[in-house]
Amino acid sequence: MRKILQVLALLIVLAAAVTWAATGANRGWTKTSVPVKTLDQVTGIEGITYQKKFLPGVDFLGAAFAGAVLLAGASFLFRKPSNQQPLTEKQT
Amino acid sequence: MKLIHIIPLVSLATAVYAAPQSFDFKDPKGVNNAVFNLDAPLESVNGSASGITGTVSFDPENPAATTGKIIVAAESMTVPNPMQKEHLHSANWLDVAKYPEITFEAKSLANVKTDGNVTTADVTGTFTLHGVSKDITVPVKLTYLKDKLNARVPSLQGDLLVIRANFSINREDFDIQKGKFEDKVSPTINLTLSIAGASVK
Repeated sequence: MRKILQVLALLIVLAAAVTWAATGANRGWTKTSVPVKTLDQVTGIEGITYQKKFLPGVDFLGAAFAGAVLLAGASFLFRKPSNQQPLTEKQT
Repeated sequence: MKLIHIIPLVSLATAVYAAPQSFDFKDPKGVNNAVFNLDAPLESVNGSASGITGTVSFDPENPAATTGKIIVAAESMTVPNPMQKEHLHSANWLDVAKYPEITFEAKSLANVKTDGNVTTADVTGTFTLHGVSKDITVPVKLTYLKDKLNARVPSLQGDLLVIRANFSINREDFDIQKGKFEDKVSPTINLTLSIAGASVK
């Protein structure tokens, strides 16, 4: 169980870091939409519409790291697997 | 026809020709927008509002006589971060449920300069935000596009009036978190208005 939680924590950190980097390494806050500008040819006004897009930010990374630390910490509540060999009684 | 009869007719015709036009700023194409920007430590808060209505009376022969009122639906203010948007709309910040409209009512124009179809002026009017009204002066650029409505909305004939303005306000003047969170969100709000109104013939 201890090992499982530690591996899970590592996976969470890696997945979060890869997702963050793959979506453009946004150093601001997480966004769930992005502004898209369209030019009105007649008036010259740039209209703004919002397109749904998940853009993880530093808060997303922070939450993932915090979750991983909690999992890794929780793993220490479980006993380390014993390395002791089972006793074998020598019959003489 | 005697001259005495012609003079009132000419005056009337001139008055009709030179009458100010009423421009409706409810945009069927939905491009009208007000952009807002506040500095913050990690990332500036950038957003926009699209729910713009209002009317402006504009006379191309006398731009200095321009009056009108522009209304922004506070609910239409959007930022890309959902938590920031929730805070922005909440009772602690703009309280959009209690104060659903942000308005600017133009009262007078100064420093009016016209070059072709473009007029620049300093417009003084009443700006109302968060239930607080203050008189402010805003530099404005008005572009009169005669007979261009058809190019935008093929079923209609008429003129367009494009208004652009760029100005700043202090949120504390409008009782928005007065004296609070200055280290997190700047008290200065930068506003950019880009809107087009139509006068149907």
